[in-house]
Amino acid sequence: MPQRSPLMYGLMAEFEDPNALVAATYRAHDEGYRTMDAYSPFPIEELHEALGEPHTRLPLIVLIGGFCGCIGGYALQYWASGIAYPLNISGKPYNSWPMFIPVTFECTILVAALSAVLGMLALNGLPMPYHPVFNVPRFALASRNRFFLCIEARDSKFELEKTRRFLETLGALEVSAVAH
Amino acid sequence: MTESVQPTAELHAAMAGAADTRVLAPGHTFGSITDKISAVVMTQRTPMWWYLGFLVVSGFALLLFVSLTYLLIRGVGIWGNNQPVGWAFDITNFVWWIGIGHAGTLISAILLLFRQTWRTSINRFAEAMTLFAVACAGIFPLMHTGRPWLAYWLFPYPNTMMLWPQFKSPLIWDVFAVSTYGLVSLIFWYVGLIPDVATLRDRATTRIGRVMYGMMAMGWRGSARHWHRYETAYLLLAGLATPLVVSVHSVVSLDFAVSVIPGWHTTLFPPYFVAGAIYSGFAMVLTLVIPIRALYGFEDFITMRHLQNMAKVMLATGLIVAYGYMTEAFMAWFSQNQYESFMMWNRMTGPYWWAYATLILCNVITPQALWFKRVRMSVPTLFVIALIVNAGMWLERFVIVVTSLHRDFLPSAWGRFSPTFWDWSTYLGTIGLFLTLLFLFLRVLPMISMFEMRTLLPAAKVELEHERGV
Repeated sequence: MPQRSPLMYGLMAEFEDPNALVAATYRAHDEGYRTMDAYSPFPIEELHEALGEPHTRLPLIVLIGGFCGCIGGYALQYWASGIAYPLNISGKPYNSWPMFIPVTFECTILVAALSAVLGMLALNGLPMPYHPVFNVPRFALASRNRFFLCIEARDSKFELEKTRRFLETLGALEVSAVAH
Repeated sequence: MTESVQPTAELHAAMAGAADTRVLAPGHTFGSITDKISAVVMTQRTPMWWYLGFLVVSGFALLLFVSLTYLLIRGVGIWGNNQPVGWAFDITNFVWWIGIGHAGTLISAILLLFRQTWRTSINRFAEAMTLFAVACAGIFPLMHTGRPWLAYWLFPYPNTMMLWPQFKSPLIWDVFAVSTYGLVSLIFWYVGLIPDVATLRDRATTRIGRVMYGMMAMGWRGSARHWHRYETAYLLLAGLATPLVVSVHSVVSLDFAVSVIPGWHTTLFPPYFVAGAIYSGFAMVLTLVIPIRALYGFEDFITMRHLQNMAKVMLATGLIVAYGYMTEAFMAWFSQNQYESFMMWNRMTGPYWWAYATLILCNVITPQALWFKRVRMSVPTLFVIALIVNAGMWLERFVIVVTSLHRDFLPSAWGRFSPTFWDWSTYLGTIGLFLTLLFLFLRVLPMISMFEMRTLLPAAKVELEHERGV
């Protein structure tokens, strides 16, 4: 019977260097753990790979954003200069596309950039004012010089004692329980 | 794990060996980098020079508020602008400030795409500079409209007057280019700050610090999944900011080039303006970074390698600008257009000859000293050259704006421009505002990107061979 506690978020192991964390994450994944996350003070490409995560969909969001900005920017100018308020400017056609390029370009960049940032925040679930991992006092070091692996209690393979023993074999400095 | 120690130590030795090519002094750890950079904000006592400096620069910022208040009461007549010189100090200052901003985006976006690790310790700072420079730049065209409280008319929105902006005008392109640039620079800077303010949040000792930095960090916890999306977003933003930065000064130059004024009506302007922008921007970064690295003792993060590289970028863009001046003069002669050739002759020998001569001295002749390594290795000399280039680039815009306008086609329509007290006070005031914002930035936010500095350490390299078991 797996021991599951609704009061517990998971078990957190602390490591001293990025190599240990990446190795531990690979081991945990090989062991069959899936609902887990690794925390580091700087981006580590290998870590994402070790978690067995697919590549993010963010580029697609940015591409769609860029298209919307591009089409929207041009449509705005076409509509304003050709339909809503047609003005004869030095004999140019109402829809003189070369004159519309700069604003179309700027709108493309603006919407694409906004979708990159807002998309990243949305996919990451930020802003998030509260998260259980912050209940571990030593987790404050995750933004300084320590590396953490947290196996969540929701994982189907999670068993308090077994998982704790497993994490200890990975060379963790400390394994602590994460309260909800 | 033990296998990985070997190459790490080698890398470290290699870095330590080449004293003036390194981007980070040896002996640092993840912790020491974090502590040293965050100490400026968190634990270190605010130094005396900060208070004194802040007093002076905020005094100038107050001068700006006085000038603008008086301007709003009396109107643009308090400036020396006239017919024919309708764009005088305000547009000169606008172009100068926007140009300065360009180095920040170049350092943060273009050098990121080129994987230039030396950008890491100066990008945060340069991006802040961009943001403040764009803020200062925006003041000038806004006030120059004469009725700044109606500036929202520049944006397309459904209104009861049933009017829409005239999209065939470069001035409206400028509105879109500059506001997009300002906004993208802001979000780029903020995204870069998120992991670092999370560090400050975790290290804050006061409640107000925890709350303020906590809100700014938005709950960032350094999760690997988050980092992955974060890195993707950052790279995409850099890719978007790169064409953007090239477009902004191109669009600014089109304000001039699309007109028919001799001296403005030229296809040379977009590339020449962009090069000039980067030139002046790097000069400004050097002007600011040299005192700051000395005052905060950041010589091990902002090394001679950084100063040298920036000097080299200045030299290269300075040569492009010099080529621009030569082409302008050559085309004036080669086109056989009497207005163009008169404009050039008037620029060199007319009433503003001193401005042109000083600009050549500042922008073309002075930076040639940077060919010599001895000059590039001397910090005070670099500082002086950077100051001279700043002044030279301001003069370049003054020459382009004023000498082209004051004598165009008909001698009966010629005129002169001389700045008034309020012209000067507004200009000095924006410098005050710029430096005030910079002082506040140094005090409350990490001026060097901590998380990116951590990745420069040899210990950050993951050396692992793993066969996925599944």
